[in-house]
Amino acid sequence: MNAYLLIIIPLAGAVLAALWPHKGTRPLLLPAVGLTHTLLCLLLLVKPPVVDPAAWLAFDPLARAILPGVSLLFLICAWYAVGYLRLKEQDNRVFVPALLLVLGLLSAGHQARHLGILWIATEAVTLACVPLIHFSGTPRSFEATWKYLLVGGTGIALSLLGSICLGYASLHGGGSGDITFTALLAHGPDLSRAWVLTAWVLLLVGYGTKMGLAPMHTWKPDAYGESPGIVGALLAGGVTSVAFMALLRVKSVIHAAGVGAVADRTLLAIGLFSTLIAALFLLRTRDFKRMLAYSSVEHMGILCIASSLGAPGVWAALFHVWSNGLTKGALFLSAGNLQRAADSSSIDEVRGMSKVLPRSSLLLVTGMFAITACPPFGPFFSELLIVRTGLAAGQGWAMGLFLVCLLLAFFGLSRIVFAVVDGSPRRKKTNTSPFRESAGLILPPIFLLAASLWLGLFTPDLLKSAWSAAVLQLFPTP
Amino acid sequence: MNDTLNLLIGLAMGLNLLALGTSRLPVLIRTVAVQGVLLGLLPLVLEVHALDWRLVLITLATVAGKGFLIPYMLTRAMRAANIARELEPFIGYIPSLLLGAGGTIAAVALTRYLPLLPEHTGNLHVPGAMALILTGFILLIGRTKAISQVCGYLILENGIYLAGLLLISSTPILVEFGILLDVTVGVFVIGIIVDRIQRAFDSLDTRKLTALHE
Repeated sequence: MNAYLLIIIPLAGAVLAALWPHKGTRPLLLPAVGLTHTLLCLLLLVKPPVVDPAAWLAFDPLARAILPGVSLLFLICAWYAVGYLRLKEQDNRVFVPALLLVLGLLSAGHQARHLGILWIATEAVTLACVPLIHFSGTPRSFEATWKYLLVGGTGIALSLLGSICLGYASLHGGGSGDITFTALLAHGPDLSRAWVLTAWVLLLVGYGTKMGLAPMHTWKPDAYGESPGIVGALLAGGVTSVAFMALLRVKSVIHAAGVGAVADRTLLAIGLFSTLIAALFLLRTRDFKRMLAYSSVEHMGILCIASSLGAPGVWAALFHVWSNGLTKGALFLSAGNLQRAADSSSIDEVRGMSKVLPRSSLLLVTGMFAITACPPFGPFFSELLIVRTGLAAGQGWAMGLFLVCLLLAFFGLSRIVFAVVDGSPRRKKTNTSPFRESAGLILPPIFLLAASLWLGLFTPDLLKSAWSAAVLQLFPTP
Repeated sequence: MNDTLNLLIGLAMGLNLLALGTSRLPVLIRTVAVQGVLLGLLPLVLEVHALDWRLVLITLATVAGKGFLIPYMLTRAMRAANIARELEPFIGYIPSLLLGAGGTIAAVALTRYLPLLPEHTGNLHVPGAMALILTGFILLIGRTKAISQVCGYLILENGIYLAGLLLISSTPILVEFGILLDVTVGVFVIGIIVDRIQRAFDSLDTRKLTALHE
């Protein structure tokens, strides 16, 4: 029941927001629904419900390991959105319901235990994000939305084809065509190998497009660059995690079918490739919002590398989902502040922001150090764990390349961030009103960074046990 | 059953070549519409022994969506943008026809090597799905006008729908219905975007979408 509440409450909130008559008070629904959702998630995190193995939607250990983090990220973004939307003249009659819709569908996607339901939730999230990305309504945001839709739509089509192939693998192996993950896992050894491998390739490309793995990442810089910071934070921390969750669930089926080694090798290869491509583009880009997109590609690559390293690697990957989501959120929100004050996100036009917006600039710099794995923030500990797991698994070369990519990414990120923050500010245009760093725009990113710090220094035992339970669900000991 | 099935899918595969060879957008849209109707009728043919109201409903919804609603929206978008032709495709018409025809032949030839269930061998179901998916990709990559790309996406979706029909007797109907709904909504949203792009760029030419790059 609670599993359904996590989906129904945001969806009901979306309907309410669509009918809400006042533009000024409508954004308040966001934190209200977000808070309810987070409290419910925390309750379920502390007291995990008993899961019916045949259920299509349930708060199972895997959902328990990731969804509370996404919910927390949404809550903080919702808090920020109240202050953000107050500054905007555009109508938010579509924006607010779409955000709530995204939360409901993310909850559905994380809890989906059925291949078809998972696909529908992912597709619906993709569509619900469309109005969010072209919120600003400029020609550039139309361009970004078109590319997002075309690339994302193709990816989603391929993941449906992959789901069909996996269903066919089950049918070919004498199954009844039941495509819940429980049934597929139980059926594992009987699944037709050829169809399982076909399904894996298609699902990896399909969900990998949604995650933004290279070379399917091309929509990401445009979409993140042109959408509001809060949307970028939710895309990078929430939507990508559904796709990652989908890959984890599918991978466990591939393992059960006895071709897990192939899946691990492809994940490692695509993960390293994504990290490398992201690092190289980070050295080139001249826009600090697109920089965040490439950083997201890099971290999706890191998740793939980690999940190719067996059970301990998946544990580290779940840790990294949390630390990346929260830290990236802080970066997107503070970058959003800078972009609004400077009216641009290109380092050719924005400089000396530490004198204009000292607090947001400090947050951006701190967030940059956090995301490039400087201790003692969350990403440092999760990435350290990944490297140690990789070395223990005998992937020395891969880890060496991985560390080189991290170093290049650090050069790229710090180059852009300091170009924006340092120097003397450009002269402001006379007719624009000065941007004020109100508490509603500064406290949320501070809170996210604090959460990242807390996650690194004092990883709660509750979360550790939740991640262990999720790993146990994916790799049941024979 | 196999004869009707082969006839419908064979016609749909023939329409692929028409879609690849034409430069006129109204022809392209109509081709995709007819293909949608042909494929929409397939559930009735496949499950002729186990017809029930759900199946009929699915057939009706598919035919209405793929055959009428979506083509209508596309035609409207095309009129609004005041364009009727794809002038400079990335992949020319003859090369795309050759690619499509070669791909179709390869799909038919390769199917015998695929591990298929006995009921799916010896007809055009699987090769048809592969040919449609390939055609969809050629149009998606090889055309520059937004409407042609949407048509390519629709043919791709048609192919995936055809592949999904392999599971029609085993997968719960509910899921299929959701899939159908999503496809429609997806194109609906794409239609809106097309409308917006047209307002922003006047030409529906995706080659002009080049402001965002490194």
